[in-house]
This record gives sequence, structure tokens and C-alpha cells, in this order.
Amino acid sequence: MKLNDLINQNCEWLKGTGPNSNVVISSRIRLARNLSRISFSHWANKKQKEEVLKKAKEAFGSSNYTKGALFLQLADLNNLDKQFLIERHLISREHAMRSNHKAVLVGDREILSIMVNEEDHLRMQVMQSGFNLGEAWQITKRLDEDFEKSLQFAYSQTWGYLTACPTNTGTGLRASVMLHLPALVMARQINKVLQAITKLNLTARGFYGEGTEASGNFFQISNQVTLGHSEEDILDNIERVIKQVIGHEQNARRALFEQDRARIEDRIWRSFATLKNAHIITSKEAIDLFSKVRLGVDMGILKEGLDIQTINRIFILMQPAHLQKIEHKTLSAQERDMKRAELIRKELGGN
Amino acid sequence: MVCDICHKNEASVHLTEIVDNQITELHLCEECARQKGAQMEQHFGLADLLAGLADLGQQFEVGGKSEIKCPACGLTYEDFRRIGRLGCSECYEAFKDSLSVLLKRIHGSTQHLGRSPAKAKTETPVEKKSEVSILRMRLQRAIEMEEFEEAARLRDKIRALEAKEKKEKENRRVR
Repeated sequence: MKLNDLINQNCEWLKGTGPNSNVVISSRIRLARNLSRISFSHWANKKQKEEVLKKAKEAFGSSNYTKGALFLQLADLNNLDKQFLIERHLISREHAMRSNHKAVLVGDREILSIMVNEEDHLRMQVMQSGFNLGEAWQITKRLDEDFEKSLQFAYSQTWGYLTACPTNTGTGLRASVMLHLPALVMARQINKVLQAITKLNLTARGFYGEGTEASGNFFQISNQVTLGHSEEDILDNIERVIKQVIGHEQNARRALFEQDRARIEDRIWRSFATLKNAHIITSKEAIDLFSKVRLGVDMGILKEGLDIQTINRIFILMQPAHLQKIEHKTLSAQERDMKRAELIRKELGGN
Repeated sequence: MVCDICHKNEASVHLTEIVDNQITELHLCEECARQKGAQMEQHFGLADLLAGLADLGQQFEVGGKSEIKCPACGLTYEDFRRIGRLGCSECYEAFKDSLSVLLKRIHGSTQHLGRSPAKAKTETPVEKKSEVSILRMRLQRAIEMEEFEEAARLRDKIRALEAKEKKEKENRRVR
């Protein structure tokens, strides 16, 4: 497996299946771990970072979950490759900056990825399609238990797993769920929902996680508190809240269709038509239109020859670095908007 | 128009703040606006936000804390305030007092209740007791927030945990 093979692969979290997949796109568990007695990556010297990298590599080689997986040193990659990994949610933006002694391991079907020497020595991430934090956590736990055999993690009886940033101390666990909430946005209820979420120790962000804005009705909701609750409690809390959000979205969809069916259907069909016919399209416009089209598929309005998996695939492929990888050359923003439109037309069987 | 903060000077700066999509308008005099501006700058970005939090912790400290240095990695509390990240796992011990305040502020707790590495696992009845007391704290908070569903769930959990502890105690006595 090589980096360039990823482009032809449908990753697990975009399968478009799993529980509540009409509202929940994917579930993600992230665990922060550090090796004891070595400075955290941002404060470590060259030798210490090399040591972390070496130990991580050995641990990956001896675990059945990571043996033989794609292992990439960031210093060996160009900017396009790094952007490509960000677009696939395999590394963070922070990880792509200053590449020395940083690495990423990418598991089978991109279910698993592990960043080495990001903010913490290890950042393990497990992704699942649909509303499936439970399964993602089971995989993460097994992985953590396995690495524990060969690595000595920084841990205190009082404060749990010790991390570079105090916002992760304790469990080091961040559970996130990516939601598509078009009806709550249309019904102007979304702010109420997001405000309630914040009160319940959860936080809402955009498609690419920390520091990004929500666009095209996609929201990522995750826990904020990592200390003082068990992993199961943290997951239980976020699951209960997400279930309610799903319920509200479904009610809002039903209400919208009862009140204004013709107008909503019109918007969905127009969005579909634009995507099938546009010759120049920006990312933002495409995301907004795909949000409507996705709603159309979920509500059974758009049926013929269109499924969520196709939409998900286009969603990934139409991003800047992906387009340039497909074309094997650097493209200007204008050229990308044209290539994006071409790719979408082709995938949707348009004109 | 009079300044919204000091209610004394004439307002010459007009500020529109959007927090959680709620628009608030502020009319400030030059002096208050300068202070407000400094405040906003302090709270911009995560590192700065954390630094701000760490600063707030200062009021609980006796002076001179910022010179404390982690013996293992050399990071000072001042460094931590500046970058918002700790230097190594030993920093937690070196800045224990200030971090306790900060962690409490962020997480509402200072006692880990989750997983532990197999190697670190030991029988610690102290932790079990603290689990009940933390659950009680959460119950109190849930009642205050009128989250009754959550409160009922916590109550049941506390009862179950206490019943289990009682049983264990009795078993020990029998033996």
C-alpha cells in the first residue's frame, strides 16, 4: 500500500451505512497518549523526538492491528501529499506544519490512523461510518491495550493519562460525531440546539474539526471534558445528546415536508440539476448543493441512480488536493473549480 | 451617549459583539474601550485562552509561582502560560497546585476515573470512594441544572455503587 493508492479506495467512514446514517455521517474516537519520561513533542529536542518515532515504529511493528500498515514520515511528503492526508481526515492541519520527526500510520480501509509527534506523542484515531461510537471505542481500546504491552505511557493515579494540553488530561479521549442537520438549519433551530450542546459540556465544530467553521449544514459534535468521568460515561453522555439531536433533525425534516413540501422538493431538484450541469463550481457551493441532494436521497425524493456512497465519494474527491492528485499536476483555483465541476458531472451522469 | 461600562465618560467607540449569534452593542468611552480590547486579545485563540485560564489561577497562589521550573524538562510556569502546553509528564508534579485549579476549571474535576494502563492497576478503595463522591457532586449539579433524567440516572448509579460497597464490606466481615 502506498499513499497514492488511497485515492482509489473507499474509506470505511464514508460507506454511508451504519446506525442513523441518514443524519450521522461518521463517528470518531481519538485517544491522546504520551511516553513517560520524554518531553511532549512540541517541547522535545531532536533526539527525544527521534526516540519517540523509533519506539512508536517498533510498537506498530509488533502489534497485530498495525503490522504492515502504511507508515509515512511527514518529512518525506510534499505539501500536496500532506494536504491530501488532511482532506482524508488522516492527519490534522497542525501535523502538516513543521514536518520533522512526524509520522502517520494509516490502517486498513482508513479505519485507523495514528499521528506520531503531533501535540502528543501518539494520537490514535478510529473512524466508523454512521452513529457508531461504541464500535469505534472497542477498536480503540483493543489498540490501546496492545500498545500498552510495549510502550510505557505517562500516567498518574490522580490525573490519569498526562497530555501536553490540560484540556485532554485524564482519559485523553475525544469522541466526535459528524452530523448533517439541514432541516434544523432551514427551520432556524440550529442555534438553539448548538447552545444547548455547549451547556452539556459538548462542543460543535465544522467539517475539519478544531478551528474550522461549519459549512453546508455539517457539524462535528464532540466532548470537551476528559477528566473526572470514565470513558464509558463520556461516551454515554455524548450518545444521549446525539440521539436527541437526531430526533430533533428528523422531526424538523418531517415538519418541513408537511408544511412546505413543494418548495423543499424544488430546492433539492434544483441543487441536483446545478451539480449535474455546472461547468465552474467552488467547494463551498458544491458542499451546499450536496447538502440538499443528500437530504433528497435521505427523504426518498432522489432515487434513480444516486446513493449516499456516491455522494460521499465525490465529497472527498472534489477537494483541492484530491483534484490535483487525480490530474497529476498543480491547478489554480480557477482550474480546480472547472475540474471539480467536470468530476461532479461525470460522477452524477450529467451533461 | 454615556459609556456602558463606567457610566461616566462620553461614549466614542461603538462595538458590535456577536456571541453565539446573539448580537450585543456596546458604547464605550476611549479608556474602557482600550481595556475591553486588551481583554478580547487575551481571549483570542486556544493557547491564549488557556493562558488566560492559567492566569486566573494565579489569584489562588502565593507569589513567585511563575518562576517554578519543571526539574525534568526545564519548562517554567511562565512558559506554560505563554504556550498553553506543558513540557513533559513531570510538569504535572512540578506545577501541581496551579494545575489542580486549572484542571478543576476546565473539567470540573481533579480525579481521573477512567482507564489505567494494566501495569498501573492496583487495588485502591480510595478511588472507589471518590467515585461515589464525584457522582454525588454531579447529581447536585444535575438537580441545579434541572436535568432530572440525568439526575435519576446518577442517583441509581450511586445506589448501585453503595450497595456494592456495603456488600463487599459485609463479605469481608463474614470472613
